[in-house]
Amino acid sequence: MKILEIIFSTSFGYAILRVTTPILFAALGAVISDKAGVINIALEGIMLMAALWGVIISAFTHSAWWGLVAAIVSGVLMSFILAYFSLNLKTDVILAGIALNLFSSGGTIFILYLVAHDKGISSSLKSEVLPQMTLPLVNKIPVIGPIFSGHNILTYIALLAVILVYVLLYRTPLGLRIRAVGENPDAADSVGIGVNKIRYIALLLSGILASFGGAYLSMGYVSWFSTNMTAGRGFIALAAEAMGKGTPLGTFFASLLFGFAGALANNLQSLRIPSEFIQMIPYIVTIIGLVIYSSSQVSRIKKVKEQ
Amino acid sequence: MKEILKMQNITKVYPNGIVANKRVNFSVNEGEIHALVGENGAGKTTLMKILFGLEQPEEGAIYLNGKKVSINSPFIAIKNGIGMVHQHFMLVPSLTVAENIVLGIEPRKRGFIDFKKAVEITEELAQKYNLKVDAKAVVRDLPVGMKQKVEILKALLRGAKILILDEPTAVLTPQETEELFEELLRLKEKGHTIIFISHKLREVKQISDRVTIMRHGKNVGVFKTSEVTEQDISKLMVGRDVVLKIEKTQHKPGEVVLEVKNLTWINEWGKPTLKNVSFSVRSGEILGVAGVEGNGQRELVEIITGLRKFDKGDLLLDGKIINNLSIKERRELGISYIPEDRMVYGVAAEASIAENLIADRFEKREFNHGILTNIRKIASFSKYLIEEFKIQCSSFNQKVKMLSGGNIQKVVVAREFSSGPKLLIADQPTRGIDVGATELIHKKIIELRDRGTAVLLISADLNEIMELSDTLIVMFGGEIVAYFDDLSKVTEEELGTYMLGLKKQSYEEIRRVLYA
Amino acid sequence: MHREVLFEIVRTAVAILISLFVVFLIVFLVSSQPTEALSKFLIGPLSKVRYFSNVLELSIPLIFNGLAISIMFQAKQFNIGAEGAFFMGAVAATVVGITMNLPRIIHLPFAIIAGSFIGGILLFIPAILKSKWNASELVSSLMLNYILYYFGIFIINYYLRDVNAGYMVSYPLNSSVLLPKLMVGTRLHYGIFIAIAMIIIMYYFLYRTKWGYAIRMTGLNEKFAEYVGINVKKVILYAQIIGGIIAGMGGAVELLGMYTRFEWQKLPGYGWDGIIVAILARNNPLLVPVAAFFLSYIRIGADLMARMTDVPSEVVSVIQALVIMLIAAESFMAKWRHTMVVKRAKEEFYVNNGGSLQ
Ligand SMILES: Nc1ncnc2c1ncn2[C@@H]1O[C@H](COP(=O)(O)OP(=O)(O)O)[C@@H](O)[C@H]1O
Ligand SMILES: [Mg+2]
Repeated sequence: MKILEIIFSTSFGYAILRVTTPILFAALGAVISDKAGVINIALEGIMLMAALWGVIISAFTHSAWWGLVAAIVSGVLMSFILAYFSLNLKTDVILAGIALNLFSSGGTIFILYLVAHDKGISSSLKSEVLPQMTLPLVNKIPVIGPIFSGHNILTYIALLAVILVYVLLYRTPLGLRIRAVGENPDAADSVGIGVNKIRYIALLLSGILASFGGAYLSMGYVSWFSTNMTAGRGFIALAAEAMGKGTPLGTFFASLLFGFAGALANNLQSLRIPSEFIQMIPYIVTIIGLVIYSSSQVSRIKKVKEQ
Repeated sequence: MKEILKMQNITKVYPNGIVANKRVNFSVNEGEIHALVGENGAGKTTLMKILFGLEQPEEGAIYLNGKKVSINSPFIAIKNGIGMVHQHFMLVPSLTVAENIVLGIEPRKRGFIDFKKAVEITEELAQKYNLKVDAKAVVRDLPVGMKQKVEILKALLRGAKILILDEPTAVLTPQETEELFEELLRLKEKGHTIIFISHKLREVKQISDRVTIMRHGKNVGVFKTSEVTEQDISKLMVGRDVVLKIEKTQHKPGEVVLEVKNLTWINEWGKPTLKNVSFSVRSGEILGVAGVEGNGQRELVEIITGLRKFDKGDLLLDGKIINNLSIKERRELGISYIPEDRMVYGVAAEASIAENLIADRFEKREFNHGILTNIRKIASFSKYLIEEFKIQCSSFNQKVKMLSGGNIQKVVVAREFSSGPKLLIADQPTRGIDVGATELIHKKIIELRDRGTAVLLISADLNEIMELSDTLIVMFGGEIVAYFDDLSKVTEEELGTYMLGLKKQSYEEIRRVLYA
Repeated sequence: MHREVLFEIVRTAVAILISLFVVFLIVFLVSSQPTEALSKFLIGPLSKVRYFSNVLELSIPLIFNGLAISIMFQAKQFNIGAEGAFFMGAVAATVVGITMNLPRIIHLPFAIIAGSFIGGILLFIPAILKSKWNASELVSSLMLNYILYYFGIFIINYYLRDVNAGYMVSYPLNSSVLLPKLMVGTRLHYGIFIAIAMIIIMYYFLYRTKWGYAIRMTGLNEKFAEYVGINVKKVILYAQIIGGIIAGMGGAVELLGMYTRFEWQKLPGYGWDGIIVAILARNNPLLVPVAAFFLSYIRIGADLMARMTDVPSEVVSVIQALVIMLIAAESFMAKWRHTMVVKRAKEEFYVNNGGSLQ
């Protein structure tokens, strides 16, 4: 069977990690903001904006690193706007997130047009890509080597981020405060923790993570920016976070699942199935995953009660 | 005596236009236990929230040790040595006692939290103030009295010299209250100043040095506690002589209306919160349910009303099983329910009074004209209920959120009482509302009883339960531990021993509540 | 009551002014002909009948989507699947319009009903996932939009594609299915009357029927609704199905009124616009046309500006985002309102207490 052949090849394993990277970044962002009790719907828009600024600044400075810095700065700014409106002006955070996404999808075209005189793609800009890394020793191991070595540096940062986010949330004072603020803001308030301050920090961290994901898309996954290139990854990340029960490790595995679905979609293009159906796969998997997760939540509560 | 705190001319207007504090002056001396009393809605909590930086006043100034301070967040209040134990506990349920206590001032080791140190700190502090807690226990699993100790420790760890306790005894049994008072006296000896909010005048007499009385948002008097009687205080609190006695006739119980059989409920963490509960309520009878909150009352009520599904046991209304009926079907059979938390269950605050009043019957033919709603009928119906239940409002189109607590509760009561229920479940029907509204609601409950409604009354207010109930059961740990058919023969202290689980009646004595 | 309304009007106006101001700033920054650009943007749509007609034409899909989103938001369901339902409503109308040959009097209504029906069925999906398994309708409807997009494109591409046309479009629709134009020389069509009818129907539905009442109570306080015996799960279902029906109807009307073939290559984005309209209109059907007109006006203005000057039309995305965020901001201008409340409370106090607070 051709499908099995594809799935069990090392290049498919490699592709899973490649496709997982941006989702994982955004999903970890979702973990942090969710733990603080604010849903960050704007991940999608933040990624998109970051992808654009990465390309623009890397093209102007001829440095992928400055591009990355610019991407992060744009992510911080976007999350700052989200935080300001949802925390200071008390805009419903979902609506504020939707507004930011709309702003991003139009705003990136606006900026792209001003800079590259094109409303679709950044091909007239000579942008840079972030380096790929060959892991010494690891690359020599059969099977493991081809899967894990030779990725973009951001892929490794994403994997590292899983651990960092875990340590942050469960081992540091900031993490304890984030969790307290998310679970009972009044309790945090009553001991003098500034609830808004903690939520600001959580949203900014979440935005930074998402902008890594955006930078990866335009300076790693591909080497250009195109309009709406995030294609719902920010939303898929939200689903991944939900499926991962809000824990960093669970979210990592859920993201891998979506990475798998995405890699499958990319690889099945060669089969004789209408391409439209193949492109649906990641979204269908997301819905199925979400349903399985949510129903397991419902039945978990039921089951305990039946004992 | 040195004045440690002075609040001057404090005025607070909430966004809904309610003026909760009107140029209040409040002063506390160092090292005293100062009681702040007033009936529900008088503005005590608001005044203390302002002191603790949770609310900002429109006018007024606060002086600590003679120095003017501006307290715009709890952080500043804490820095100024003020600590507050809130009416509703402010704890993070999933964290441990130690984590809750060090939250915000976590001990660190190389940037990470030092969990061991946190436990040490907690244990040391508990030792010092003789407040026994288990530092490693998860807060979610603690009983109420224990949570309160955690709250007090939290404040003390942050260096509170002035400790505010907002109705600390409302959730405690008489015995736990005694324990708390001993702890408070020890704190006083150690030099702490305590502001103690209550409307239980006996407690105020027992524990406080001075008392400030509030009524309708104003300070109406400050006294040395030893120089006033309970009657003096209560007169000032409500502005007239209170009739604490509720006038009612001897009850004439009829047929069994509600029968609960062997009800068992396991919560999401696998703990049984109702164990084999059986009882019945007869028509024309008010059956009181006494017990410390969290001993299964909420689960019981939610199961009877249909808000919660259950699988072990039976519910019978007029002899017919109603286990699997929907809320709507139960309501149609004549079950009415005054919920414990009116803002969460009782009303849609953003909707109008009229819309709230018709909520349980908007589908009935009389309120509809073909496919459209019958506006005229809804208007006349609303006007009638507003009058009948003396709901103070500008019109039936006013949003419920603009009303005061007592009037919001009247909206709930008007709706639930006017459907002519067979069974009324009244869960804390007068919690947090003023005396006027309380009296009205008590009167209406008795009226319903006299017309043959079976009433199940759940209340944390022992006074209310003793006065209103005809018969009484006590719940502890998810079980019925006592049944009394003659309330004149029990004292509050005796009830307390049952509520704490120190005593339990025999199986036969409890079985009497089935009237079978 | 009146004060509240006045307060909301002022707030909306200020939000719009602030957003416009930000756009002015941007235009002055990026354009070499800023005054020209701004005048095109602000009064361009009024300069020709055709332009103004464009504003009305664009209002139609915005009204449908605004109504669809409003009813779902009233039930507090953040279903954003109107986008996909609208798109598939148009696809359904295309299928009916090409494959059937019927007299106009049957064909046209049938095509619109088909679009509505498909829309209703499709938004039933996130609704049932929510009410059965508590799966977030926000995420599932977002994903559904992508799925529906590919599915719609698949149908057009594989079954209805006109290979003789230069790019991916369907065969032409039968003329018996097209909505007649209202005015020669413009694309304004009879769909506007369907839109107006839907506004009135939806208003009555929401505020004057028991079903609308149940939707509103569920949205205002779900626990309360459950407690008084409203079948909340059912409400969640039908609010979204109705939302889907309106969005699907909108898609069909848009296609039959504005086009002669199916030519969309991507999602038209009206579902998202519906959110902006619903927020501006406070989810009230009677205000939906006003909000839709406003949004449509700035869109057409921006298009004209882009066509005649060097400012890309996407600059409106700034206005849209800011308007949503400011209007939905509870604390935006809350200080002003609070001062009003305090002043009034004090006045009352003085009157009742003979001039003194003590
Ligand atoms: N957050 C709030 N918003 C609006 N009104 C409130 C709020 N908190 C309290 N109130 C109203 O202010 C008055 C005083 O309440 P409170 O200070 O809680 O009284 P007490 O603690 O003496 O019972 C009541 O009428 C209450 O309904
Ligand atoms: Mg209080």
